[in-house]
Amino acid sequence: MASTVAATQGSVAVRKKNRNRPFVQGWRRFSRNRLAVAGLAWVALFFIAGIIGPWVAPYDYRFGDFLAINQGPSWHHIFGTDNVGHDMFSQILFSIRSALVVAVGATLVSFVIGIVLGLWAGLTGGIADAVIMRGVDFMMTLPGFLFALILVVLLGRGYWSLILAIGIPGWAGYARLIRSLVLGMRNGEMVEAATALGASRAHIARRYMLPNVIGSMAVSLAFGIPGDLAQIAGLSIFGMGLQPPIPSFGNMLAQAGDNILGFPWLLYFPAGIFAITLLSFLFVADGLQEAFHPKGGR
Amino acid sequence: MSEPLLAIDNLHVRFSRSEDEVYAVNGVSFAIGENETLGIVGESGSGKSVTLMSSIGLLRENGKITAGTAKFRGRDLLRLRPKQLEDIRGRDIGVIFQDPMTSLNPVMRIGDQIMEAMLTHHYAGRKEAFERTLQLLNEMGIPDPKSRFRNYPHEFSGGMRQRIMIAIALACEPQLLIADEPTTALDVTVQMQILALLQELRDRRGMSVVMVTHDFGVATNFCDRIIVMYGGRIMEAARTDRFLRATAHPYSLGLKRSIIEVGHKGKPIVPIPGAARTLTGEPVGCPFAERCSFATERCSAEAPALRAFAEDHEVACHHAEEVVSLAR
Repeated sequence: MASTVAATQGSVAVRKKNRNRPFVQGWRRFSRNRLAVAGLAWVALFFIAGIIGPWVAPYDYRFGDFLAINQGPSWHHIFGTDNVGHDMFSQILFSIRSALVVAVGATLVSFVIGIVLGLWAGLTGGIADAVIMRGVDFMMTLPGFLFALILVVLLGRGYWSLILAIGIPGWAGYARLIRSLVLGMRNGEMVEAATALGASRAHIARRYMLPNVIGSMAVSLAFGIPGDLAQIAGLSIFGMGLQPPIPSFGNMLAQAGDNILGFPWLLYFPAGIFAITLLSFLFVADGLQEAFHPKGGR
Repeated sequence: MSEPLLAIDNLHVRFSRSEDEVYAVNGVSFAIGENETLGIVGESGSGKSVTLMSSIGLLRENGKITAGTAKFRGRDLLRLRPKQLEDIRGRDIGVIFQDPMTSLNPVMRIGDQIMEAMLTHHYAGRKEAFERTLQLLNEMGIPDPKSRFRNYPHEFSGGMRQRIMIAIALACEPQLLIADEPTTALDVTVQMQILALLQELRDRRGMSVVMVTHDFGVATNFCDRIIVMYGGRIMEAARTDRFLRATAHPYSLGLKRSIIEVGHKGKPIVPIPGAARTLTGEPVGCPFAERCSFATERCSAEAPALRAFAEDHEVACHHAEEVVSLAR
């Protein structure tokens, strides 16, 4: 009997302890933001669709049904078909995958370059800092979209080249963010106290600085992905996105624009889904921002 | 006295700014023996923190040690490689800082932070470090160490956090504890608790303590010996009782007169006129001369050297004899 009591108390204590962890607290604040939760649900659905979409898609994206072109939504083609008889629902499912691959890939490319250069600038200072930050200034003055366009022309229109074309010009913002976070902490009292305790610089970077910037990084990543999604679509509209027949939101939108009066469903479904997705990412990013920096503005 | 634990000799520290040089510490020498408690008093910018922080290699990047030695058990800390200094910091010399609110890592459990001090220096294995952490928390007067071990800094009050900082500083049983204004950020009742705790720990462990403070009362209550600093120089250094009886420097006298004593009705508080001087440019003469009522022409031309004034009592003033007769 006594042991049961002890065990119950133990489990209560465990639950209580977990409630205090910064991550758990952050999740609690996040979950109170309804828009952010709704956004997260949509983003999750989007990711699931991206992963399993090609298997559940009712039709192949490569082949159209010439007997069923330009049809409106029906039980056979719930989002309708285009001018060569592609099933739009299947097209969208395939597009989600290509959009996610390129957007997540490009964001990671920017992020990794940005982290490395930002850490280097912030931790060493001096000449490295000056050179890197002038590089950041240079990138900031260039329109990133134009830069990406030029890179696509140079690299081609495959998955990898798009990831690099959108990812490479995007590093400057991340580098600047990480540098400022590191600089803010480097001369701060927490780092001074850790130094006084005998911790080495590498140890301080790993155990003290990194855990304290993860929140900010997650927020900037969540803001970065929708930005890159929009860029990919923008490139497609200029005819510089993924090479057809690979389906992509940009290609669908560019085509739908030509037929907007006759076959408006070709525009409504992809554009609607794309817009909701971008908004959802932004809501999630906003929720993360609030969860990790409850006091700060944006 | 046997060989001192820490002996700082003729330390000079300068900070370079874009437009000028700040002479923060100008030829400071003092020693602290085993089991001794030393108080370093002075107003903001007098160089008291810089003196100690530079001796353990915690100088800000724009600061430079231009001369001097800081011998800890015979090894000159200023000439050690960074790695060797890392080994000494936190193991042989513990440090407590002013603001416990910002000095702890907000995303690490406090127990882990205390354990880390021991693990970094291979002072104890994981299991032993855990046991010792519980013991330390208990010793610091933190109730229910077992469950508090798993709490994060934001779940503690300021006084409790300072206790945790002390636990971290003392985890490896250092011979020397440097307390850099340990009570300044706390409110008065908590200040007294922390001071009492430090006093108890010092007596029980037999370690030496250097206490940097601008609170004269704290220093005289807590310390065996007092050093008064101003303008990056030592103005007066004496045993506490001797210092209180026969203050021989006009600046120390000014500090003493500006203490507010409870229950002394009718005793006026006499502030020191003027503001602390800025330390830019090569120092000439006595730094306190422009605010000193004893100052003569000699004071602004020639800096008084720190000289033996009586047994266990040194002073840097041309007019010390005058001052002491007035102080009595």
